[in-house]
Amino acid sequence: MIEVKNVYFTYPSGVEALKGVSLRIDRGEFVAIMGQNGAGKTTLVKHFNGLLRPTRGEVLVDGVNTKDVSVATLARKVGYVFQNPDHQLFCETAEREIAFALKNFGFEEELIKKRVEWALKLLDLSQYRESSPFMLSGGERKRLALASVLAWDPEVVILDEPTIGQDYAQKEKLRQFILQLRAQGKTVVIVTHDVEFVADCSPRVVLMADGKIVADGKAERILTDPELLAKASVIPPQITQIFMELEPIGFSKEVVDLYEAGRIITEHFKRKVRK
Amino acid sequence: MVAELKVALIEAKELTFTYAGREAPSIENVNLSIDKGEFIILTGPSGCGKTTLCRCFNGLIPHFYNGELKGEITVAGLKVDEHPTYELACHVGMVFQNPENQLFALSVEKDVAFGLENLGLPREEIRKRVDWAMKITGIYELRERAPYELSGGQQQRVAIASILAMQPQVMVLDEPTSFLDPLGAKQIFDVIYRLNRELGITVILVEHRLDLAASYATRVIVMSNGKIVMDGPPRKILSSEKAKLIGIGIPKATRLYQILKNDGIPLRGNKTPITPQETAELIVEALSDD
Repeated sequence: MIEVKNVYFTYPSGVEALKGVSLRIDRGEFVAIMGQNGAGKTTLVKHFNGLLRPTRGEVLVDGVNTKDVSVATLARKVGYVFQNPDHQLFCETAEREIAFALKNFGFEEELIKKRVEWALKLLDLSQYRESSPFMLSGGERKRLALASVLAWDPEVVILDEPTIGQDYAQKEKLRQFILQLRAQGKTVVIVTHDVEFVADCSPRVVLMADGKIVADGKAERILTDPELLAKASVIPPQITQIFMELEPIGFSKEVVDLYEAGRIITEHFKRKVRK
Repeated sequence: MVAELKVALIEAKELTFTYAGREAPSIENVNLSIDKGEFIILTGPSGCGKTTLCRCFNGLIPHFYNGELKGEITVAGLKVDEHPTYELACHVGMVFQNPENQLFALSVEKDVAFGLENLGLPREEIRKRVDWAMKITGIYELRERAPYELSGGQQQRVAIASILAMQPQVMVLDEPTSFLDPLGAKQIFDVIYRLNRELGITVILVEHRLDLAASYATRVIVMSNGKIVMDGPPRKILSSEKAKLIGIGIPKATRLYQILKNDGIPLRGNKTPITPQETAELIVEALSDD
């Protein structure tokens, strides 16, 4: 679906943000890109929908080089939800915000109405349909930004820091929602610092540091490797931290999930009692 | 002899605020007393009124946001509705969720110095405080860069530094680490904790992610639907069934402890663990017991 081939990117200011990144994301995959501030995560995903074009190397979306198509064409396929919703929102009401892209993509009036309704409801924003986006709280604006992208039903959904400002229940909803997107065969890429959220979702994790990919693999492997994580300024999830302390008494530290952790310890205890 | 009355640093009585154009109040009958030196986590579901309450602490409500304010609130003995925000700003520093809302200068250094220049402090003092604040937040190397060129996390540190430099009595931080990588977040919490311990700055931290913050706090206040519904020590709040029902993010270390207890694992200890280390200790103990 997305192929990044040895990409380098330098901002006009001279800062080299990507230094030879290669990555392949298949259709239907769920990938979390993690790493320290300034590692190049956002710069990388902005290449997926053509917002940025490589200084060197190339990015292919569905086999098409992003240099050869407009952002508008790519956006229909690859929806990008900005880290900061204020970079994205500008309409007078939440309703119009969601309808805006749909109109640009030439959706029928009736369908627009339907999609707007659907998106408002999905993200629990129906009560704000008439509100100005700027009267909403940070967390609500974040959800509105997401709603306005999901409304046009892109094949790839990129979420840049989706959990910022979201409370516990909303994060759980977001997780369910990502599962739902995957069930529909969509490709989901999140950029996040939220290790606990990643531990709950258990996606493929791509770890970045200093403009390069330093690790790529299953969450259980990457998030439980303290040396790798240290390179990327990431701290292991709480459950892994507990299992690191349990390693000396015979546990594997490769555990990130809360319920799995409960099961493993309870079984261990029962075995011990039987003896 | 006149007995000296101990006055709370922040005192709210029956505080209710309704934004102009809204029908329902965003905070309702809030009673709250905060003493000097406390480290408070203010949490609760989105839209519960946390940010609105914080806006009352530095006078943004009622001076900037229109609406109807009822009840009473004093900060450092000043009635908030009778004193302008620039006066209140010397007592209460506010770090917003989104750093871009507060950064505007052409260099990091200038942004950090801005508040101090407005206070009319001597040049030497400004220099000293700006350097100190930039070093403690790890942005000294970035001092000549433009804030808008920095990453979200770096910007957040600049925002915190510019408030730190003012050395206010109270710092209100609205999810100050949400843009930071985990290590950066931990460093910021460590900095805030030091300011609290060493300088006695009162901290009010608005936060959803209690996994990192809980171990620093002396008190957790939970809001729901515009009201304060829980108020107490972190361990007590985080282990309560009610907090779970309201939907606040209980740290995984605490949740694992609860799961294991339910499974009948004999975990000792008379207090609920809130950090991974505490939970790990209890598990090791239970599994090595005979």
